[in-house]
Amino acid sequence: MADLSTNLAGIKSPNPFWVASGPPANTSYQAHRAFEAGWGGVVWKTIGDPIVNVSSRYSALHYGPNRMIGFNNIELISDRSPETNFREIAEVKKRWPHHAVIASLMVGSREEWHDYVKRSVDAGADGIELNYGCPHGMCERGMGSAVGQQPAVAEKITSWVMEVATIPVIVKLTPNITDITAAARAAKRAGADAISLINTINSITNVNLDTFVPEPAVGHQSSHGGYCGPAVKPIALNMVQACAADPDVRLPISGIGGIANWRDAAEFLALGSTSLQVCTAIMHYGFRIVEDMNAGLSAYLDSKGMKSINDLIGRAVPSLNKWENLNLNYQRVARIDYDKCIGCNLCYIACEDGAHQCIDLKNPAELTTDLGPGRVPHKPIPQVREADCVGCNLCSLVCPVDDCITMVNLPNDKPAMSWSNYQERLARGEMQPIPPHP
Amino acid sequence: MPLQPLLPAANLAANFAELKAPLRPQEAHVEASRCLYCFDAPCIMACPTGIDIPAFIKKIAFGHPAAAAKTILTANILGASCARVCPTSVLCEGACVLDDRDELPIQIGRLQRYATDYVEEHRLTVLSAPAHKTGRKVAVIGAGPAGLGCAAELAQLGHDVTIFEQKPQPGGLNTYGIAYYKLKPEVSLAEVKLVQSLGVQLRCGVTLGRDLAVADLERDYSALFLGVGLGDAQRLRIPGEDLPEVRDALDFIEQLRTEPLENVPAGRAVAIIGCGNTAIDAATQALRLGADSATIIYRRGEDDMSAYEFEYELAKSEGVEFLFHTAPVEVLATHGHVCGLRLHHTVVNADGKADPVPHSEFTQAFDLVLTAVGQEKQVALLRELFPQLAVSARGAIVRDPLTGQTNLPHIFTGGDCANGGREVVNAVGEGKKAARAIHQFLTGTPAAPTLQPSRLGAQSGPSGSGLLAPIRAHELEARLK
Repeated sequence: MADLSTNLAGIKSPNPFWVASGPPANTSYQAHRAFEAGWGGVVWKTIGDPIVNVSSRYSALHYGPNRMIGFNNIELISDRSPETNFREIAEVKKRWPHHAVIASLMVGSREEWHDYVKRSVDAGADGIELNYGCPHGMCERGMGSAVGQQPAVAEKITSWVMEVATIPVIVKLTPNITDITAAARAAKRAGADAISLINTINSITNVNLDTFVPEPAVGHQSSHGGYCGPAVKPIALNMVQACAADPDVRLPISGIGGIANWRDAAEFLALGSTSLQVCTAIMHYGFRIVEDMNAGLSAYLDSKGMKSINDLIGRAVPSLNKWENLNLNYQRVARIDYDKCIGCNLCYIACEDGAHQCIDLKNPAELTTDLGPGRVPHKPIPQVREADCVGCNLCSLVCPVDDCITMVNLPNDKPAMSWSNYQERLARGEMQPIPPHP
Repeated sequence: MPLQPLLPAANLAANFAELKAPLRPQEAHVEASRCLYCFDAPCIMACPTGIDIPAFIKKIAFGHPAAAAKTILTANILGASCARVCPTSVLCEGACVLDDRDELPIQIGRLQRYATDYVEEHRLTVLSAPAHKTGRKVAVIGAGPAGLGCAAELAQLGHDVTIFEQKPQPGGLNTYGIAYYKLKPEVSLAEVKLVQSLGVQLRCGVTLGRDLAVADLERDYSALFLGVGLGDAQRLRIPGEDLPEVRDALDFIEQLRTEPLENVPAGRAVAIIGCGNTAIDAATQALRLGADSATIIYRRGEDDMSAYEFEYELAKSEGVEFLFHTAPVEVLATHGHVCGLRLHHTVVNADGKADPVPHSEFTQAFDLVLTAVGQEKQVALLRELFPQLAVSARGAIVRDPLTGQTNLPHIFTGGDCANGGREVVNAVGEGKKAARAIHQFLTGTPAAPTLQPSRLGAQSGPSGSGLLAPIRAHELEARLK
C-alpha cells in the first residue's frame, strides 16, 4: 500500500484530501464527520468579522441529466463569531491531533490580521490560509479577490501575517486575474510557506428566462457569484501547473478546483499539487466520497509502483512546454475499429462540419474490411482518408464507443522540428517554407 | 345460454388500462438525453414515414416538446397513434445504434407519445395549411391511416381534399381495430380532428357506388386516392361456423372500442383461431373481460406465426395458452350455442402445407370462438367500382411502390388495399408518398423534400429517410447472419 501521508510546508495530514474552506467546513460537527469519513484535513470556513448572508445563495450548471457540473455561490465567509470558530478549532484539534486543521482568515487592518493569526495559533491550528480569493461580496469591502487581484496589496498583507505567524501560512489565490503567477510570486516575496489555488471564478450560471433574473435570485436581483465544481477543473489544472513550473514561485501547492474523484486528485498531484482541497463534490454527495479518493489514489500509486504521493507530485509538470517547442513533424491519424463501430456517423459529421473534411462515407459493399455490429444495409460507413487527416482528435472525442476510434502515431523519417527550429532553419536558408494548407 | 358480460365496469377499467404508461417530463428528459443524435440516423431509415427522430428527441432534451411534436407530425400526421401502436422494436428502436453498444435502445415510441400528448393536452397548433390554394380537388376514399396520411399531406401542399368514409366514425383500424390497452379510440379521433384542422373535408357514412357514383367523383375531383383497406374476415369453412358464439376477432375488438366495456359479452373459455397480431389482441382482451382461459389455436408451429415476438411474449406473460400444430374441424354446439371445438393435430408437409395427422382428433370445451385467420381482399368491390383498375392475383391493387400511382394515372393508392396488410405506419407513409406524387401529377412540380437530404446520399445510394424504402430491423439482423 502506497503511503498517502502528506506534508505541505510542515502541515501534516494522513492523506492529501482536505475539506476546502467553504460550507462543509463551517462547524466542529462537520469537521468531526469529515475526519470520521476519512478526510486528511479541514480548512475552516473563512473566519473574520461575522457577516450577514442573503437567502438564496447557490446556483448550478446542469448538463443534460447530469446535475451540478458547475456550481456557483454568493455566500460570504463565516457568519459565526470568531470566538465560536476558534473554540471549535481547538476542540477538533484535541480530538484529531494527527489530522490537519487550517484556519482560513480574512480581515482588514494590520492589527486585525495580527490578532486573528495569534488566535489561530492559540487555538492549535496546524496552519493558516489567507483568503484572497472570494470574488463576491467581500471584495466590495476591499477584501477577498480585491486583495488577490493586486499582487502588491497581497504581498503587503501577507507580510503583516508573517510578522507574527509561528505556523505555516498558505496564500489562497484567485483565478480572476490575468496572470496567476504574478500573485503567486507576491506570496513568495512576502515569505508565505505555500499557496493554494484556485478560488472560485466570477460567474453567472444561468438566467431565468421568465423573470430575466439570473440565479441565484434574491428577490428580483442577483449578484455575480463564484464558480467551481467539475467544470472548472481544466482551468484550475492550468493555473496549478503554471505556478508549479514558475522558477520564481517554488512554493508547495494545495490544489483546488473541481476535484471529485481519485483520478482528478492524481492529475492535480501530477501537475504539482502536494495537498488537495475539495468542496463542491462534498456539497453534492457528502463526506463519504473521500473513500473513493483514498482507495483509488492508493491503488493507482500501487499500480505504478509508487511508494508515496511524493513519487507522483509534479510528474507531469515538465511535459508542458511552450507551443513553439512542439514537434511539427509528429503526425498521428484516426483509425476506426469497425468491430466496435455502431454506425452513428458522428465522427463523419464532426469532421465534415467541424474540422477538416477527411472522413468519407463509403458504401459498405465497397469496403473490403469486416464490418462491426453497426452495419446497416445501404448505410454508408465512415472511412478516414489518412493522407488528409491532420490528427486533430475530434472524431475520437465525439465517438461514443470506448476505443473505437484511436489516434495512432504515424512514424516518419523526418527529424523532430519545432516552430523555433523551423524559424531558425528558414533564417539560415536551410529549408524552403512549408507550403500553406490548400 | 347466450354469453353475458362477466365483470363490473370498475374492474374492466383497470384491466383495460394502457400497458405503457406515458413518460413523465423528467423521464422524457433523461431518456431524450441518452440519444446520440446520430448523423443520418438508422432510426430515420427504419421509419416508414421518415420522421427526423434525432431532431425531435433533441428538442425534447432541450425542453421544447411542442417543437418536437411539429417535427413528428409534419412527417407523420398519425404520430400520436403510431407512438402507441408501432412495433418499434422491429422499426426505429430496432435500428437504434445503442443496441450495438449493448444498451437499451432509446424509447423512441414513448418519447414520440410524450411530444404528441403535450400538444394535444395543451391544445397547441403546430401544423397549418398554406393560405395559397392550388385550386385542385382530390378525393380520398377511406378515412383510415393511409387516407388520413394522404389527405393531411395534400392539404399541407395546398390542395382541397375531401375524404369519403363508409363507417360512421373516421380513423379506420386505429379507431376500430386495435387493442384498447394500446390505443384508445379518442386518440385516433383526435388525430382525425387534426387532419380536419388543415382544411380537409370529411364525410362519413358514405359508401362509394351506393351513396356516391364513381363517375361523379371522377368528374368533380382531379385525382383519387384509394385507401379502402381490407374486407371481411376470412371464413374457417367448417361446420358450425355460423353459430352465434363464433365471431370475427376484428368485430370483437371493434365492439370493445365502440360500446361500454361492461356491455360486451365475454366467454369463459375462449378459442382464438389463427396466430397473427389480431389473434393476440383478441386473446389478451378476452382475458381482460374476465375469461377463465384464452387459447390460441394455430395449424403451424411457433416459428411460423405472423405475430411479432414481443406480442407473443406479452400473450404468454398474460396467461394465453397456445395449441400449435392444431386446426379446428368442427364447432360443437348444444341447444344452438357453442360448447366446444373438435380439433385435429397437423403436420407441415414437404410443400409447406399443414396436413391433418390421421386419427388425431380430440375435442375441447369452449363457449366463444374468435376467428383471426386474415381478412379478405377487396377484389370484388374494386372490380365493380373500377373495372379498369389493375389488381394482382393476390388481390392487392397494383401500383408503383414509390408513388402509389395505379395503372389509371389519376388514381393513386396506399395502405392495406395496396400492400396486402401491414402496419399503421406503413399505411401513413404510403398515403404520404402518394400525396406527394399526386401533387406532382396535378401541378407538374415535385413536392419539396421532406428531410434535408444527406450529403452522403449522393455518394452511395439511398439513405436518410425511411419514407421511400424503409429498412426493418429484423431484416438487418437477417443480413448480418
